[in-house]
Amino acid sequence: MAHKFDLVAGDIVEYLKSHERKSLLRFLTCGSVDDGKSTLIGRLLFESKLIFEDQLAALEADSKKVGTQGDRLDLALLVDGLASEREQGITIDVAYRFFATDRRKFIVADTPGHEQYTRNMATGASTADLAIILVDARKGILTQTRRHSFIATSLGIRNIVLAVNKMDLVGYDQRVFADIDIAYRELAETLGGIHHIVSIPISALEGDNVVTHSTAMDWYSGPTLMQHLEEVEIDAAHEALPLRMPVQWVNRPSADFRGFSGRIAGGTVSPGDRVKVLPSARESTVARIVTMDGDLGEAVAGQSVTLTLTDEIDIARGDMICAAGDPAQIGSQFEATILWMAEDRLYPGRTYLIKTGAQTAQATIGAAKYKIDVNTLAHEAGKDLDLNEIGRFTLSLDRTIAFDPYEDNRQTGGFILIDRMTNATVGAGMIHFALRRSANVHWQATDIDKSARGALKGHRPAVLWFTGLSGSGKSTIANIVERRLAAAGVHTMLLDGDNVRHGLNKDLGFTDADRVENIRRVAEVAGLMTEAGLVTLVSFISPFEAERQMARARVPEGEFVLVHVDTPLDVAESRDVKGLYRKARAGQIANFTGIDSPYEAPQNAELTVNTAELSAEDAADRVIAEIVRRSIVPPIG
Amino acid sequence: MSSLTHLERLEAESIHILREVVAEVENPVMLYSIGKDSTVMLHLARKAFAPGRLPFPLLHIDTTWNFRETISFRDRIVAQYGLDLIVHVNQDGLRDGVTPFSHGTPVYTDVMLTQSLRQALDKHGFGAAFGGGRRDEEKSRAKERILSFRAAGHRWDPRNQRPELWDLYNTRTGPGETIRAFPISNWTELDVWQYIHRENIELPGVYFADRRPVVERDGVLIMVDDDRYPLLPGEVAHTKTVRFRTLGCYPLTGGFESGARSVADIIRETLLATSSERQGRVIDRDQPASMEKKKQEGYF
Repeated sequence: MAHKFDLVAGDIVEYLKSHERKSLLRFLTCGSVDDGKSTLIGRLLFESKLIFEDQLAALEADSKKVGTQGDRLDLALLVDGLASEREQGITIDVAYRFFATDRRKFIVADTPGHEQYTRNMATGASTADLAIILVDARKGILTQTRRHSFIATSLGIRNIVLAVNKMDLVGYDQRVFADIDIAYRELAETLGGIHHIVSIPISALEGDNVVTHSTAMDWYSGPTLMQHLEEVEIDAAHEALPLRMPVQWVNRPSADFRGFSGRIAGGTVSPGDRVKVLPSARESTVARIVTMDGDLGEAVAGQSVTLTLTDEIDIARGDMICAAGDPAQIGSQFEATILWMAEDRLYPGRTYLIKTGAQTAQATIGAAKYKIDVNTLAHEAGKDLDLNEIGRFTLSLDRTIAFDPYEDNRQTGGFILIDRMTNATVGAGMIHFALRRSANVHWQATDIDKSARGALKGHRPAVLWFTGLSGSGKSTIANIVERRLAAAGVHTMLLDGDNVRHGLNKDLGFTDADRVENIRRVAEVAGLMTEAGLVTLVSFISPFEAERQMARARVPEGEFVLVHVDTPLDVAESRDVKGLYRKARAGQIANFTGIDSPYEAPQNAELTVNTAELSAEDAADRVIAEIVRRSIVPPIG
Repeated sequence: MSSLTHLERLEAESIHILREVVAEVENPVMLYSIGKDSTVMLHLARKAFAPGRLPFPLLHIDTTWNFRETISFRDRIVAQYGLDLIVHVNQDGLRDGVTPFSHGTPVYTDVMLTQSLRQALDKHGFGAAFGGGRRDEEKSRAKERILSFRAAGHRWDPRNQRPELWDLYNTRTGPGETIRAFPISNWTELDVWQYIHRENIELPGVYFADRRPVVERDGVLIMVDDDRYPLLPGEVAHTKTVRFRTLGCYPLTGGFESGARSVADIIRETLLATSSERQGRVIDRDQPASMEKKKQEGYF
């Protein structure tokens, strides 16, 4: 890089002009403690002349004190950061390093190779364009090589460099290199998704083929590592994608300016472009691209901009501005790959906050499809995830969001999961597709809304959701309530758990995933009924808090009345109207609520009626009194 | 994203971070040290919220030992862009007469910078503070996240950082917890200078070479900016053409002889430089990994 200094000493202005056109490559290095990863990064920094004299002096002192290279400089010491790690000689976290050549600026995510740090590698990989997989020439492809490659490709890295290191220790033998190269390409075949593999024989310690061509390996005619990093084509595909811009901030400094700020996550945008805003699906046209230095004629993926539109439509943080002709998908249920990052396990049924783009929602984890063993890549059965484990799950959100499959767009398909109590980031995930094809059905804006329909009826719409054990009396009470409401002229509808399974949900069984789907459909139908202005009664065991929460979230606040029909198990079992408890006790029905599957008593019911103490008629009286008190229906005589 | 240059990508990332924190965190503030990194961060913030005003105030922790030139620069910039500025001085330290000379550098920086910053953050109840820290400055910074969380008492636990994937930032905080946000984490010193050049950003004069009265201390030149500086018996300040690579308290900031009078000159000098940026900061040379230790104690 000596010519840099000539240029600087010469015409600095010319130098600066050429350097302002540099591109940026972010890459990730993967290898274990002994693969020489820190030495490699140290060498890249050292050889690109980014080590100042005072740092070099400190390095010389450190090398003598704690170095592992005898009298020589220990380049690995340049990159080992926090004090305790330096003492242990281990890198334990993601560290970012920077260097630049005349052609490119580089950001290196340095991540550790230990098994327990899968999450750190995923973190580094999420923003990387390329991964360097380090292999020790003496050891060849190891389990960890497979693991690193799997994580890198899962996170969407399409460019891989296989750096076969420590060639000096195998006598710079071409055969050793060729065998490892072939073995790796076979491995890559099984992973899929890798577009480009370049294998380079190097010695990070001696410097062979890192920046300068090795004289000891004249059989190798490919690029040095640095050459390849400078020249590799980075997927320009981001700009070829349809426009996506998650709205981060509504910029409203005065009454006559309303701009929508965000970072473009895909495609390009120009004034005059038609856009669709998700999830509302309202359309408009881009008026201006506003910056502090004047308006732009075009903006591209990666830029942070502020757009104004020609129409006054309602847009809030979290919405996504998309190309009108090719909008993102919307949905509230997904299949996704989740990487778990917390000590506390992930359990299906738990609810977390999900953040994707500028959208935050509540997500309930559904059933696991399978877990993936990162070492063998085998799919395994399993319900939950431990720290650093990866699995494929369904997720149910409490609202509709806009997204793209991760394979299409990393920015609009990646998400994090946040624990609501500790606020920790506990997981990361990648959306594959929305369930039930809800994804491509867009919301149609209509003119007659729910309040208009309700106004015709003389009462407000609501969902009366009856939960309780089988045999508690839910259906009996709901039936009486409906009869009396109907007599008073209230427009009602009753959805009964058993009856719904004969029609709408007859394709569903009793697996965890089917139960979630069963309840989702009922909640959805109940929601639609309230939009029609009806008082909808739902009689459903609904034993899990997460499911009831999902149903509650489907309708506006104040329109959901949870009635807990509270009956001791022994009372319900002694009634056993349908003979189900007897069968469950005999082992003929699995997962029966109260017997071998739990009933989570609601903590937030609007009303609790105990049918061991009250008759069904009295319980119905209480329900009606409650909805009168809530002004859902007028007083009923 | 290949058609964006490295500076454009860095700029876009920083603006994204600034907007995200402002959108999600109550009562943010920007630490403004008047130095080049703060100045670039302020420029990015103005871009992020244009044509609106900055939706947060600036906070300057004034040790009372700043270069006089930087204070006048600060006041001019604040007036020019219509910014809200909070200046905080640790009155306890002032009352106790804590200066670099009376109590030594470690005590002085702890009282007048670290404690003072904590006082100011507590007094105003700021939920997040933007800082101009960069990962290339120092080895321990390389591992710090863009959003760094401080427990009540402002301590930093390097073992308990939240993973940051893609450009998704988890900004949620518990009781007493606050955020330090570093929007220019991924910039290097050279990036900062190139950006200043490209954007034509105005800097305080002490970055540029000029004739200034200096004395030599421990191999670096210290500017005698006012008559509080204790000269040795018989010592007189010499006028030399010097500039400074970082701005701190003038008695603790080493300058060097230079002819660089423009940003382009400075970049040339930086590229040909043989010592790293923090060399001029006396604060960093107390002990190995000293920055990490200071940070755990609540230094920014």
